[in-house]
Amino acid sequence: MKSKMTRIPVREQDPKVRATNFDEVSYGYNEEEAQAEASRCINCKNPRCVANCPVSIKIPQFIQQVTLGNYTEAARIIAEDNSLPAVCGRVCPQEVQCEGACILGIKGEPVAIGKLERFVADWSRENGVRFTEKAPSNGIKVAIVGSGPAGLACASDLAKLGYEVTIFEVLHKAGGVLQYGIPEFRLPKEEVVEVEIDNVRALGVKIETNVVVGRTITIDELFEKENFKAVFIGSGAGLPKFMGIPGENLNGVFSANEFLTRSNLMGAYSGESDTPIYTGTRVAVVGGGNVAMDAARTALRLGAETTIVYRRTEKELPARVEEVHHAKEEGIDFRMLTNPVEILGNEKGWVTGLRCIKMELGEPDDSGRRRPVPVAGSEFDIEADVVIMALGTSPNPLIANTTTGIETDRYGCIVADEHGATGRPGVFAGGDAVTGAATVILAMGAGRKAAAAIDEYLKK
Amino acid sequence: MYKIVKKNSLTPVICLMDVEAPRMAASAQPGQFLIVRTHEQGERIPLTICDYDKERGTVTIVTQAVGASSRMICHLEEGDSFTDFVGPLGKPSEFIHWSDEEIAGKKFLFVAGGLGAAPVYPQAKYLHAKGAHVDVIMGARNSELLIFEKEMGEVSDNLYICTDDGSKGEKGLVTNIIDKLMAEGKSYDHAVAIGPMIMMKFATLTMKKYNIPLTVSLNTIMVDGTGMCGACRVTVGGQTRFACVDGPEFDAYQVDFDEAMRRQSMYKELEVEADHKCNIGLHR
Ligand SMILES: Cc1cc2nc3c(=O)[nH]c(=O)nc-3n(C[C@H](O)[C@H](O)[C@H](O)COP(=O)(O)OP(=O)(O)OC[C@H]3O[C@@H](n4cnc5c(N)ncnc54)[C@H](O)[C@@H]3O)c2cc1C
Ligand SMILES: Cc1cc2nc3c(=O)[nH]c(=O)nc-3n(C[C@H](O)[C@H](O)[C@H](O)COP(=O)(O)OP(=O)(O)OC[C@H]3O[C@@H](n4cnc5c(N)ncnc54)[C@H](O)[C@@H]3O)c2cc1C
Ligand code: SF4
Ligand code: SF4
Ligand code: FES
Repeated sequence: MKSKMTRIPVREQDPKVRATNFDEVSYGYNEEEAQAEASRCINCKNPRCVANCPVSIKIPQFIQQVTLGNYTEAARIIAEDNSLPAVCGRVCPQEVQCEGACILGIKGEPVAIGKLERFVADWSRENGVRFTEKAPSNGIKVAIVGSGPAGLACASDLAKLGYEVTIFEVLHKAGGVLQYGIPEFRLPKEEVVEVEIDNVRALGVKIETNVVVGRTITIDELFEKENFKAVFIGSGAGLPKFMGIPGENLNGVFSANEFLTRSNLMGAYSGESDTPIYTGTRVAVVGGGNVAMDAARTALRLGAETTIVYRRTEKELPARVEEVHHAKEEGIDFRMLTNPVEILGNEKGWVTGLRCIKMELGEPDDSGRRRPVPVAGSEFDIEADVVIMALGTSPNPLIANTTTGIETDRYGCIVADEHGATGRPGVFAGGDAVTGAATVILAMGAGRKAAAAIDEYLKK
Repeated sequence: MYKIVKKNSLTPVICLMDVEAPRMAASAQPGQFLIVRTHEQGERIPLTICDYDKERGTVTIVTQAVGASSRMICHLEEGDSFTDFVGPLGKPSEFIHWSDEEIAGKKFLFVAGGLGAAPVYPQAKYLHAKGAHVDVIMGARNSELLIFEKEMGEVSDNLYICTDDGSKGEKGLVTNIIDKLMAEGKSYDHAVAIGPMIMMKFATLTMKKYNIPLTVSLNTIMVDGTGMCGACRVTVGGQTRFACVDGPEFDAYQVDFDEAMRRQSMYKELEVEADHKCNIGLHR
């Protein structure tokens, strides 16, 4: 028998093969593997894992049900706290959350909580298990702006409490970043994202796409004209940043959001959609987060030789460890301690390369990470016909600009307290719109807290 | 689904449609645009909001078939529906913030190139109704590409028409007419030029000689139209701006037209391929 200290490995697509397709990288556990992995959990009295899950899923309880083969019960336990388990099991940065705190991680490998959560969620879907119990309708209308994880989590909690919830989404498909940002090979759209969103709809939540709140209708009008009694803003942080270096508007320079939106939301990766994508043969991606990994691995799958350029070292890469590992296996070239200073172009205005400077780590900055400083005279060029900027995003100012009584801070984030309450009574906010770009599960956590606060507010 | 309640073919390649979209009709203003998709795999296509009827809850669009997607729009008939229809997007024209007193008596010159008549129409209509003096120059390659002649006549004090080939109005370019009007001693408080990028560039160079404030509306490539992708970025006054949220209207004298034209042609080869029904991207 295998040692209890090592986890059951998860089967994955061969790196060489998957580098040429958009099928999911990880196959996930089958029943036998899931039970074996679940049996490693020692069912702690004071589970450290739960304390480190932003939505406090009852982890040991659901895992016990997996060991017993009671998957429906396991799913029910998860559903109490998480309305998107198949998503979170796939994309949470588990190594710094639940799994990072697991007691088994001290001497060996932590329980693969994320993979078990995914197993239960996938099993539920395949076996048609969904939970739609809810309180009888109380007829009170609540509006949600944005159908990302924050909005979906807020909507499902409120629907369960009996509210009449409508989500307004500006894009033509619901899901926020789950739909337009995270690629198919990490998060399948039809099988996973759309099914989990349908589960939210099954609770009675209405989703109206093609509505720009702030333009098609303002929050003020939602209250005055359409009789909504409270509003939750989960509009995310979609505005891409650029570096402001020369050459950034050359043809062939894209924000990661543009590249990923063309590929994911518009379906350009499949070759069956009308939206074009410019793939290039040598792609340089600037940045080190999940967004940079996703853009690089998408470019690779579309046939380009791909390099990631990051100004700190591998230790500081903000992306999930699993994604960095996968990216390397697939053959992406990592250039650490490297920062672009200029994008080079030809006489027709198309990109030909990236001029970079070497960096070294200096004193720690505000974030506690050592600040990268340029090494004088170390400039060198990287050849590229496409450059993708993945430097982070900030909240879109549209809603704050068109709603009375809402404040933003100097980063453009909506100001809200820990329950999501903004300066204006009845208007709540959460997720990336408040925190700046963060994670799926933190956004969901914020959505759930706001749902509780909205319930409180409306009961008064 | 967003139903097409009326369709007129204005010319063999340009069609006008009234589309059911009550919330948008109630909130639309001159200068704004919308985005349509004709089917599930379709592109998101930006089109100007040409008119809106708050009572009937409809929005008017005018589309010129130039490539695969715009041709698909023009193939839809009365009673058909758009899969997606979202807006109003972008900032309204600056003058909607002006009071009626500020507008009345002011002199405006509009320069519309080809399809640019579509976005010019609601602006001219708005200002004319508020008592401004409105002159409009409409230019096109030939008479077949001239639209809204009658409607524009109703919302302007003077309408000047020119075509490249002389098949209607004067033979020549809109810039020739601008020079002519100025030579006749006309003066304007504000001018607006909307049309193909190249026409806006030359209208800007011409107008600059006369020191008249000029606004242009930039029809860049767009994807989401909400400020999320940066495909629409343009350099204005040395700074990068997103046409979909910071515009589409900008101070003409600040716009880097050469860059904007270069960026607009970014997908030309891919679009030509798409038009020939080839698959693009993955198939190596
Ligand atoms: C490429 C990429 C990869 C990522 N990978 C991971 C990962 O592996 N793990 C992880 O935990 N996190 C990851 N993240 C971060 C995570 O996706 C976000 O933190 C999370 O989606 C935030 O959720 P949200 O609901 O606050 O906002 P979003 O998901 O951004 O959703 C906001 C929604 O609101 C809509 N909206 C905006 N303005 C309006 C308006 N005016 N009217 C109507 N609708 C509006 C938007 O269209 C969007 O659909 C990734 C992000 C990106 C971009
Ligand atoms: C704010 C805004 C408002 C617009 N208003 C209107 C309108 O009211 N009516 C209308 O018919 N069109 C309008 N356009 C242009 C319209 O969106 C494009 O014609 C359309 O996207 C072309 O798509 P296609 O697939 O049919 O052609 P493609 O195959 O994409 O292109 C065909 C040809 O048109 C050129 N082209 C592509 N995109 C544009 C563009 N954005 N502007 C100009 N040329 C382009 C290409 O370089 C190519 O030569 C507007 C664009 C913007 C950004
Ligand atoms: S939601 Fe995320 S953090 Fe919580 S248990 Fe699941 S994987 Fe871990
Ligand atoms: S900390 Fe680890 S071992 Fe303990 S309950 Fe959580 S998952 Fe199980
Ligand atoms: S079209 Fe995407 S930001 Fe303007």
